[in-house]
Amino acid sequence: MTAKPSQTPTPLPLALAGAADLPRGRFGAFGGRYVPEALIPALEQLEEVWRKASIDPEFVGELERLHKTYTGRPSIITEVPRFAEHCGGARVILKREDLNHTGSHKINNVLGQALLTKRMGKTRVIAETGAGQHGVATATAAALLGLECVIYMGRKDTERQALNVARMRLLGATVVPVDHGSKTLKDAVNEAFRDWVANVGTTHYVLGTVTGPHPFPEMVRDFHRIIGVEAREQVLDLVGRLPDVVCACVGGGSNAMGIFHRFLDDASVRLVGFEAGGAGVDTGEHAARFATGIPGVLHGAYTYVMQDTDGQTIDSHSVSAGLDYPSVGPEHAFLLESGRAEYRPITDVEAMEAFSLLSRTEGILPAIESAHALAGAMKLGRELGREAVILVNLSGRGDKDVHTAAEWFGLIDSDDDADGRRGRLPDDPGAEGVGEQQ
Amino acid sequence: MSVAPVLEKCRAEGRAALIGYLPVGFPTVEGSIAAMRVLVDSGVDIIEIGVPYSDPVMDGPVIQDAAVRALAVGVRLSDIFTAAEAVAGAGAGALVMTYWNPVLRYGVERFATDLAAAGGAGLITPDLIPDEAGDWIAAADRHDLDKVFLVAPSSTPERLEAVTAQCRGFVYATAVMGVTGARASVGEAAGALVSRTREHTDLPVCVGLGVSDGDQAAEVGRFADGVIVGSALVRCLTEAATPAEGLTALGVLARDLAAGVGRGRS
Repeated sequence: MTAKPSQTPTPLPLALAGAADLPRGRFGAFGGRYVPEALIPALEQLEEVWRKASIDPEFVGELERLHKTYTGRPSIITEVPRFAEHCGGARVILKREDLNHTGSHKINNVLGQALLTKRMGKTRVIAETGAGQHGVATATAAALLGLECVIYMGRKDTERQALNVARMRLLGATVVPVDHGSKTLKDAVNEAFRDWVANVGTTHYVLGTVTGPHPFPEMVRDFHRIIGVEAREQVLDLVGRLPDVVCACVGGGSNAMGIFHRFLDDASVRLVGFEAGGAGVDTGEHAARFATGIPGVLHGAYTYVMQDTDGQTIDSHSVSAGLDYPSVGPEHAFLLESGRAEYRPITDVEAMEAFSLLSRTEGILPAIESAHALAGAMKLGRELGREAVILVNLSGRGDKDVHTAAEWFGLIDSDDDADGRRGRLPDDPGAEGVGEQQ
Repeated sequence: MSVAPVLEKCRAEGRAALIGYLPVGFPTVEGSIAAMRVLVDSGVDIIEIGVPYSDPVMDGPVIQDAAVRALAVGVRLSDIFTAAEAVAGAGAGALVMTYWNPVLRYGVERFATDLAAAGGAGLITPDLIPDEAGDWIAAADRHDLDKVFLVAPSSTPERLEAVTAQCRGFVYATAVMGVTGARASVGEAAGALVSRTREHTDLPVCVGLGVSDGDQAAEVGRFADGVIVGSALVRCLTEAATPAEGLTALGVLARDLAAGVGRGRS
């Protein structure tokens, strides 16, 4: 294989990523700053400190050092031929953000924001979390840098992601279950905003995705942009050309923006985001914002929101806590409306099938969130055929989901009738049990 | 119709205005309108008609709870106009307090049209800063409605200048950094914020967040043009065993607060 001219290690792309061509804080019509006045000075300070830091060699160097020595960057890519047999024979390549320290892409953003917290002279960080990955990452960075840490998490999510609650507490964070509203990610964000308004003098809100008031969508994207920067080079090295499609799951949309952004100018590369179709878009039990939502304001940004005719937020549903959110990052709304990216729903059943398949064909347990992108790759591969090269952002690993998956596939011994199982692993030779017939 | 004449009248009487918040739809739409009438009859000058919203990030537990219960019994955005008409008819200023998305979904121009037709005075917008409010500012100006934006202890002089320049009716000064809810002490930050705000505007400056009884109302009324009370009033309704008991408790508290602003500068 011939070496590419741009083989030098890619520096952190923060300085390159400024959106100078866009109005401040807007992606087309989307974005903005819809928050109480009390928070405006903190957002202005954050933007100023971040803009300065992003061109400060000391900050960029420190973050790069942490990514090399702590996160484990660059993350590798893995081609998955046995899984690809289920994708119409297309070549499927995974970007392995699941191998990052703490198990997902979330650490990219959190280390950046934690360093900014120190620069702002603040001593306490708060964060919302859905699946728990962002909470674990924030608790980790807080431990590393000696910051006090409080994580807000919907009660429903603390129950379905109990292992991550324990992880956060082991890391020294305080986890506060939120009992308001739908008791999921949306309500955790509300509670984090309430804390921030009251404690903004000492506290930085480490928002975990590419939404919220400006500058969060742009800043969080830039901290994750390294995913696409690395992956583009790696795919070029492996395949000798750019991928035909880049796939990512989209909850708030940070892993997707992270891998999409470097490909925006590559017109031949399709960018496809997969949102949670839940029980099916026609059932109302889903988180398919682009399939059913309309533009509105939630959590500080003008973007697509699942809402009723009075502007009240509609509760979302998904087997995946990390995608169970009724809104989405404003830059995704812009990419949809501008036609640069496409978004499709993936149902719980489709995602769990992909979860099972990757586990059994490649020995990789994906996060259920990331399994939505894998299911999308299966569909796209069948549409595009054997010549296609599909890059999938494997944004997180499935350790946190073992309990959910085990229940889904009926792998936990219980007295319940097996008819109650929602899924069944295909071709499982041990399904009948050995020497245990009763 | 603007609340400016109401504030003018209170100033002429040598006292701060008393501004009371209640959400529409708790315990029912009719019940909430009856409660607003009790406030007016007990000496409240301006009613803040609250729009229950699914994601109220500026509100503490008391108002959140009332909003959730109002939405559960089916309050609709259109009920706001019924309440505004009733409050205006009872002779008080009728300001609507709402998070932005319900207005956006209803249509900014349509909302302004319907609010003005109902006799509403304008909007208080806790999560809409003037920088993002171009459509609302234009609609309010067309329909002669008040635009009440918030300032906070964290506001810089630049922000105070920019925000107050876009206000009409009064400026809402949040006394403390935090969400709505009764507090033992309103704190010195409120007085300092009112003074700083007055350096940028001649509009009345009203103080909210934390006031819960007549003594606090008197204290705040000494330096502010208006005293805003929310959670303490709402709690009269949420903690009552029956709606009738709620109205009774509400009347008692409102009269205590009205007496407080009355003696504030004596």
